[in-house]
Amino acid sequence: MTVVQIVFYVFAVAAVIGAIMCITQRNPIASAFWLVSVMMSLAGVFVLLQAQFIGVMQVLVYAGAIMVLFLFVIMLLNLGGETSDRRGAPSWVLAVVISGAITVSMAELASYTPDRLAHELSGSTELGADVVLLEGQQLQEAIEARGVVGAIAEPLFGSYLIPFQITGLLLLTAVVGAVVLAKRRI
Amino acid sequence: MLLGPSLALSAVLFGIGVIGVLVRRNAIVIFMCVELMLNAVNLSFVALSQYHGVGGRVMVFFVMTVAAAEAAVGLAIMIAVFRHLESVDLKNINLLHG
Repeated sequence: MTVVQIVFYVFAVAAVIGAIMCITQRNPIASAFWLVSVMMSLAGVFVLLQAQFIGVMQVLVYAGAIMVLFLFVIMLLNLGGETSDRRGAPSWVLAVVISGAITVSMAELASYTPDRLAHELSGSTELGADVVLLEGQQLQEAIEARGVVGAIAEPLFGSYLIPFQITGLLLLTAVVGAVVLAKRRI
Repeated sequence: MLLGPSLALSAVLFGIGVIGVLVRRNAIVIFMCVELMLNAVNLSFVALSQYHGVGGRVMVFFVMTVAAAEAAVGLAIMIAVFRHLESVDLKNINLLHG
C-alpha cells in the first residue's frame, strides 16, 4: 500500500465518520460543523485524485460560502437546543433498508479498475486502459502543458461555453429569487 | 489506482445522505444532507475524470454552482416558512396533508 492510498483511506474514514455524525447530531449547528469536516476531507481526496483546483474550490465554495450561509440561517432562526427532530425507529429501519439497498447495488463499483473501465467501454477484453482511455491521457498532458487551472479553463470557455453562460443566468435567477423571497411576507 | 475506492466512498456517502434525508425532520438539516449527496456525486465525477477526460471536472463546477443557487433559494424559502410558522420542522408544514 502506497502513501497515497494510506492518506486516501484516512480521508475516507474521516469523511464517513463526519457524515454519520452529521446525520445523527441533534443540534443543527453541530451537524453543520460535521458537514464542514466531511467537505474538508473530500477536498483532500480531490487533491489525491490530482484535481487540486477542484479541491480548492471545494474548500472555498462549499466549506466556505455555502456552509457559512447554512450556519448564518441556523443562528438567525435560533434553531437547536429544543426537542430532537429525529424520526422514530420505524423511519430509521426504513431509511437504513432503502439506503442499504442503494449502497449495496453500487457495491460492485469498489472493484473497478481503469482496465475494467476500458474493457466495458470498448466491449473487448483485449484493449487495455492505455489504448481506450485516451481522453484521460489527454487530460494528463493538458495538466502538464497548461497547469491544473488551465486544463479546466480551456474546455470551460471553449466547448462548454454555452452551459457556462446558462449557469450565470441560473445564478442571477437564484439571487433575484432569494431577494424576493426574503424581502416581504409571502 | 484510487478509482474503485473513490467510487465506493462516493456510494457510501450518498447512502448516508439518503438516510439523513429520510430520518430527520428539520428542513435545514435535510438541506445539508442533500448537499452531502451532491458532494458524493462530485467525488465520483472527479474520480472518473482521471480516465474519461476533463468533462467530469467541468461538470463538478456546474454542480457546485447549482448547489450554491439551491442553497440560496432554499434557505430564503426556509426563512419565509419560519416567519409563517415559527418553525422549520416538517411535521408543522402540513398544508397539503389530507
